[in-house]
Amino acid sequence: MDSAVLSLLAAFLLSIIGLFAFIWSLRKGLLVENPAAASVIFARGEVGRVDDPALHAEDHRSLQRAAAGADGPVADPSDLQARVLADRSSALPVFMFVAFACFWLLLGSVAGLTSSIKLHAPDWLVEQGWLTFGRIRTVHLTAVLYGWITNAALGLILWLLPRLLRTELRGAAWTLLGGALVNTGIAAGIGAISAGWSDGMEYLEIPWQIGLFMAAGLAMIILPVLFTLVNRRAEHLYVSVWYCVAGLLWVTLLFVVAKMPGVHTGVQQATTNWWYGHNVLGLWFTPVSVGAIYYFLPKIIGRPVRSYNLSILGFWTLAFFYGQVGGHHLIGGPVPGWLVTLSIVQSLMMVIPVIAFTINMGGTLQGRMHLARWSPTLRFMMFGGLVYLASSLQGSMEALRSVNAVTHFTHYTVGHAHLGAYGFVSMVLFGAIYFMLPRVLNWEWPYPRLITLHFWLAAAGISIYFVALTVGGWLQGLAMLDPARAFIESVTVTLPYLKWRSVGGSLMVASHLVFVGHFLAMALRFGPVRTGAALFAPARDLELSYGK
Amino acid sequence: MENEIKLASGAMVALGVATAALVVMPYLQVRDVPAPARLQPYTDAQLRGRQVYIANGCVYCHSQQPRDRSLGPDLERGWGRASVPGDYVHDKPHLLGSMRTGPDLLNIGARQPSKDWHLGHLYQPRAYVKESIMPSYPFLFSVKDEAEAQREGEQPLKLPPGYGPAVGRVVVPTPEALDLVKYLQALDRTYPVLPAPAKP
Repeated sequence: MDSAVLSLLAAFLLSIIGLFAFIWSLRKGLLVENPAAASVIFARGEVGRVDDPALHAEDHRSLQRAAAGADGPVADPSDLQARVLADRSSALPVFMFVAFACFWLLLGSVAGLTSSIKLHAPDWLVEQGWLTFGRIRTVHLTAVLYGWITNAALGLILWLLPRLLRTELRGAAWTLLGGALVNTGIAAGIGAISAGWSDGMEYLEIPWQIGLFMAAGLAMIILPVLFTLVNRRAEHLYVSVWYCVAGLLWVTLLFVVAKMPGVHTGVQQATTNWWYGHNVLGLWFTPVSVGAIYYFLPKIIGRPVRSYNLSILGFWTLAFFYGQVGGHHLIGGPVPGWLVTLSIVQSLMMVIPVIAFTINMGGTLQGRMHLARWSPTLRFMMFGGLVYLASSLQGSMEALRSVNAVTHFTHYTVGHAHLGAYGFVSMVLFGAIYFMLPRVLNWEWPYPRLITLHFWLAAAGISIYFVALTVGGWLQGLAMLDPARAFIESVTVTLPYLKWRSVGGSLMVASHLVFVGHFLAMALRFGPVRTGAALFAPARDLELSYGK
Repeated sequence: MENEIKLASGAMVALGVATAALVVMPYLQVRDVPAPARLQPYTDAQLRGRQVYIANGCVYCHSQQPRDRSLGPDLERGWGRASVPGDYVHDKPHLLGSMRTGPDLLNIGARQPSKDWHLGHLYQPRAYVKESIMPSYPFLFSVKDEAEAQREGEQPLKLPPGYGPAVGRVVVPTPEALDLVKYLQALDRTYPVLPAPAKP
């Protein structure tokens, strides 16, 4: 047997061992359903009580009536008090991360729209180097991936953990310092890319010298998170804690290994590049967003997640399979054949965690799906969850050689990437921010209609974007595979679809203007007077607003 | 689940397996790949040009990895034979790319050796390929008076009629453009990678 077959067997063996380890841990006492662990997100007596801080008091009552037909149970006041303290401890860091996220979202999506237009107007804005397609496109990617999603995800983690662990955030000052370092790195990285200083690999363009700041910043966020974790007062670690803490550890190690200067070489650098590129989505964006849905969705509808074990199955299968799928970006490339095959197999195995998640959420939502009419947060979460299913299944199919032969190197892949990063991850993060900020600032969203407007603009935008690039990319791939057609035909066939992509992108940018404007209005206390004081509110006001 | 140790160690094992498969094993497999005998290392000018290629993000539209005939007509399009790991031993960072908004460039130097064509095409792609959507790169050139360029000993671009500047003015390339073209001309992996079969 040659080395390729041997290594393939070894990889399979390892995956099987991983599965056995999982089965073993089930036998150690996880085989029985665990309703106690599933209810950790509720205070005692709170199950059955809906919760959506994005709603004003009257709408909140309609939501409660629509859910249970009554006023809902009354939660244990001491548990609520613990939650108030947990929220207070994380309020300032969370606000900082969300504010940074909003800033980068706006900058990143304007850069994205600019590069989209440049693809069908190639002589537009060409006089300055920093505006050339290759740079502004990378500014877009860096700003939305690291600036928007990563900042929002960090804010989400810092807000969720104290709540779920029923303790205060330890070392909040360190997370502020860490956040400042991370964002210094992002800003410097974007400046460097605009000036033409880039490490040259997709997703890893930020020069490693600047990457040092980001790695140090992430470490300063991890330490308080771990310290909070070991000082927890909750008995069970809820599944969102698993996803969030693991994601944070993963992304830091991914970044450090991939950015190590002078280690990676030749085509091995390419495999590392895609190991990183896909894992940023698979082991950072996805776990945090899935963890968020596992918290917010049951919390909003006031019903514990249907099967706690299924959520743990989803976690471990995601952890073992997702890390190895990156090689499918190099199908047909000059890399070892066993590696590509391994990645294709693991891409298909990803169906398991996705289906586990979908069944679980479907079961949890059963009979309460209509609540999305009332709750904007739920609407974002349901949209994100459905798109997670769609984009993951699409990704698994795309890894198959027969499909990949057409879609590789085309805009189809770009459409798929946006479906995952926007339709799934960003929509979940929007929903989470709408839920979190009223608790962080103790101030209601001043204009609830803007939330609805934001949702429909974003949903329509990503739909147009995705359909256009999927169709256009597929036609582009077919044209490229046909030796009888000149290469330029694969370019001209995409033009109408590239224009539609700009239309979808404009709607998305418009939705972000609404969102960030609303955020500013809230932070600056525009709109009707609401529940009470701000970030540093006296504890008494907070208690009152929680008991509404 | 109730144990943070299990969480952290399990998460690290999962990532460790993935890293072993996609980072460490390929490293062990390809780190000692020898350079093909006829692959020349890049010259200083070509390396500078490669930096210009990286700085302006050419990789986001142009791959550098012709594929096997079973996967597509890359050979028929003149992009060259399927590449092998040895072709990339001098490439730091790798520029395999993931998009073909434009054609594959691993052998562009063999396909299009003309310096004048490359310079003119960078200045205005649509002067050569009418339907191209490649950006033009005027910031890699400067427009001067003909007399001034002559005095400074610079070679103006030979552009197709209708695409040049006003009468009496000429377009001259910056050093970055010249380096970039040197790099593009050096992209030539048309040498054989397997020894010729023995004659019967």
